[in-house]
Amino acid sequence: MAVANVSSHDVEHHEHEHHDNFITKYIFSTDHKMIGKQFLVTGIFWALIGGFLSIVFRLQLGFPDMNLEFLRPIFGGWIDNTGKLDPNFYLALVTMHGTIMVFFVLTAGLSGTFSNFLIPLQIGARDMASGFMNMLSYWFFFLSSVVMFCSLFLEKGPAGGGWVVYPPLSALEQAIPGSGLGMTLWLVAMTFFIVSSLLGGINYITTVINLRTKGMSFARLPLTIWAFFLTAIIGLLSFPVLFSAALLLVFDRSFGTSFYLSDIYIGGEALPNTGGSAVLYQHLFWFLGHPEVYIVLLPALGITSEIIATNSRKPIFGYKAMIISMLGITILSFVVWAHHMFVSGMNPFLGSIFMFLTLIIAVPSAVKVFNYLTTLWRGNLRFTPGMLFSIGLVSVFISGGLTGIFLGNSAIDIQLHDTYFVVAHFHLVMGSASFFGLVAGVYHWFPKMFGRMMDEKLGHIHFWLTFVGIYMVFFPMHYIGIAGFPRRYYTWTEFAFSDMYTDLNMFVSAAAIITFAAQMILVFNFFYSMFFGRKASLNPWRSNTLEWTTPLHPQHGNWPGEIPSVYRWPYDYSKPGSKEDFIPQTIPLSATPESNLPHEEKLVNLEKEIIAEEGQILVANETKEES
Amino acid sequence: MEEKLSYEEGAVQPLSMHPKKFALWLFIVSVVMVFASLTSAYIVRQGEGNWLEFNLPDIFWYTSAVIILSSITMHWAYVSAKNDALDMLRLALIITSFLGFAFLVGQWYSWVALVDRDVYFVGNPSGSFLYVFTGLHALHLISGVIFLIIVLISSLRYKIHSQNMAQMEMCVTYWHFLGALWIYLFMFLLLNH
Repeated sequence: MAVANVSSHDVEHHEHEHHDNFITKYIFSTDHKMIGKQFLVTGIFWALIGGFLSIVFRLQLGFPDMNLEFLRPIFGGWIDNTGKLDPNFYLALVTMHGTIMVFFVLTAGLSGTFSNFLIPLQIGARDMASGFMNMLSYWFFFLSSVVMFCSLFLEKGPAGGGWVVYPPLSALEQAIPGSGLGMTLWLVAMTFFIVSSLLGGINYITTVINLRTKGMSFARLPLTIWAFFLTAIIGLLSFPVLFSAALLLVFDRSFGTSFYLSDIYIGGEALPNTGGSAVLYQHLFWFLGHPEVYIVLLPALGITSEIIATNSRKPIFGYKAMIISMLGITILSFVVWAHHMFVSGMNPFLGSIFMFLTLIIAVPSAVKVFNYLTTLWRGNLRFTPGMLFSIGLVSVFISGGLTGIFLGNSAIDIQLHDTYFVVAHFHLVMGSASFFGLVAGVYHWFPKMFGRMMDEKLGHIHFWLTFVGIYMVFFPMHYIGIAGFPRRYYTWTEFAFSDMYTDLNMFVSAAAIITFAAQMILVFNFFYSMFFGRKASLNPWRSNTLEWTTPLHPQHGNWPGEIPSVYRWPYDYSKPGSKEDFIPQTIPLSATPESNLPHEEKLVNLEKEIIAEEGQILVANETKEES
Repeated sequence: MEEKLSYEEGAVQPLSMHPKKFALWLFIVSVVMVFASLTSAYIVRQGEGNWLEFNLPDIFWYTSAVIILSSITMHWAYVSAKNDALDMLRLALIITSFLGFAFLVGQWYSWVALVDRDVYFVGNPSGSFLYVFTGLHALHLISGVIFLIIVLISSLRYKIHSQNMAQMEMCVTYWHFLGALWIYLFMFLLLNH
């Protein structure tokens, strides 16, 4: 393998700093910071749509007799003459809510935003390895968004087979209206989405491995970067498998093959397909589907590690344990997929193996939780909005994670599978936790993104409404689920056993509406502060990482001069002996003799030698240039 | 001791791979995952029975020989470029592209042979899988041939020589990978048929 020294890379980018017009700066930008913001704004747009869809079906579930006439301007014929929601459209709403939230908001909106924005800034690089590929990544995502958005307005509605789009339901147009053109567009959009994710992921991995600044060893990477790095690896390995699954589904739908279809009768007539296997699709889908959970979650955990350490003014507890547990989660995420299929007719012995592997994930997850708690323990806590949301993440991660232990048991799963217990579980541990991480990241890095601060009071109000609201929505759902009520059902009042939960559902729906409305505070705060917020200082959180050493409004290339070198790990907060309670990564050990630990003293000598050596090289180079 | 090591490692600018070459390897990983998942799907599906048995087209032996030969000529091109033997490089690239094209034609005839055996794309998945494997591989090979032609054009413009090998090396890597991928698929089909 040929080896290239990438420092020449620095030179190329200086030239880009001028000649930006509106289009190259805001639309077809190759600057990772702008691309990150593009992902964020598109993600907010999708989050609003996804949230709104959930409110509509929550109305149906909580208030089944309600007259929904007022929604007719938006939904037209999907509200029938008596003011009821069309049952088929209900299925489409559930499907699109899941697809939008999992892929468009919590994958692209979270990983796309923060991986793009933070990786070059925190590792000390001018930009991503390939700015052009990065731009393509956003525009494939945009294309995917456009296709998915258009599918919402089809006459027969968008895809309606659930976000997992299991065949044969999704493979046969005759099955439900949502398996027609809406499903085709779903597959097209997801293909573009996969391309976007792969382009992005390849870029993130390449950048983290190849473009770190001097001194930025893997043992000195902020945990955010570790999380984004591992997330990208998971995506690189799992999204191609979704592509395979989708490809075979396309062949089944449009070319008449029988990969997933066999012995199906519609209206008494047999279809020609023989020899397919519907469970095959589930295996392929969940081989992506489970790692996808961690694609969504890991970036949020990384962001939280950084914010909690900064705002506790303490080094993160167990830096190495954090990395090892993330590595463990990464590896385990690929060997647990069949726990989504315990009741699919799978061999029960296989079920036991997958149960065992699933429960092992509790170990690295618990390690992370303990490390968060021990970092908070006796820290000088500063309750910034970002910090509140990070602590909120830890809370929902615990309460949602505990129910995972029940669901991971193949025996208990017979009762609980496909009920609202599952819905409550994954909305807490994956949905809410990742959303909290996303919001925490927005509050924390807003000053770096836009050079202004978000309003702290509004942030606090937003946090408390969201935090309480989320628990009010999802906690009662556990009871509904234990009572055995299945998810994705249009109505609950038709059965005697579920009648008594009507009031509980009403409560959940009301809480959901309040929680959703509370998010408008964030949207307002975000866009208002972008233009009218208080001007931020260079390092408003007094943080150690490299992004705070850039100018307030970094240009393309991030640092006006040399890229700073790194001399220490990113978590030197409240180091005994030090005057300040934080020591940025760029400060050499030799400059802080008062706070160095014994083993660091030895490193000081080494550091001096290297600095001297570099000085000689610099001088030599300069004399060469002069002559 | 450990601290010291990590320090020394980080003190110098990390010597790293050419980013584009590295990205190519990552792309290869994603292609591997696509085919790994498809071949696993094949095994899972085969285990469930109702599996149409038929003989593989013999032409696969010839196309396999062609693609191995093309890897040899590709290596010849690589060595020529390293030694600045530019005429030889061009000749080798032309032969490799030609062999790649011949491989694609051969794969097309394998489909003809399958149809002669009444094995169609639409029908029992055992046949459909074969079409998906060969078709998807052929699509990648077409991209490889296009890459080869791009490299050939750069070599005609004297842009490839011993001091400027990055593009050439990427093309070599990709081409050998595509050859190995086909050999894997063929062996897989021979063993699991």
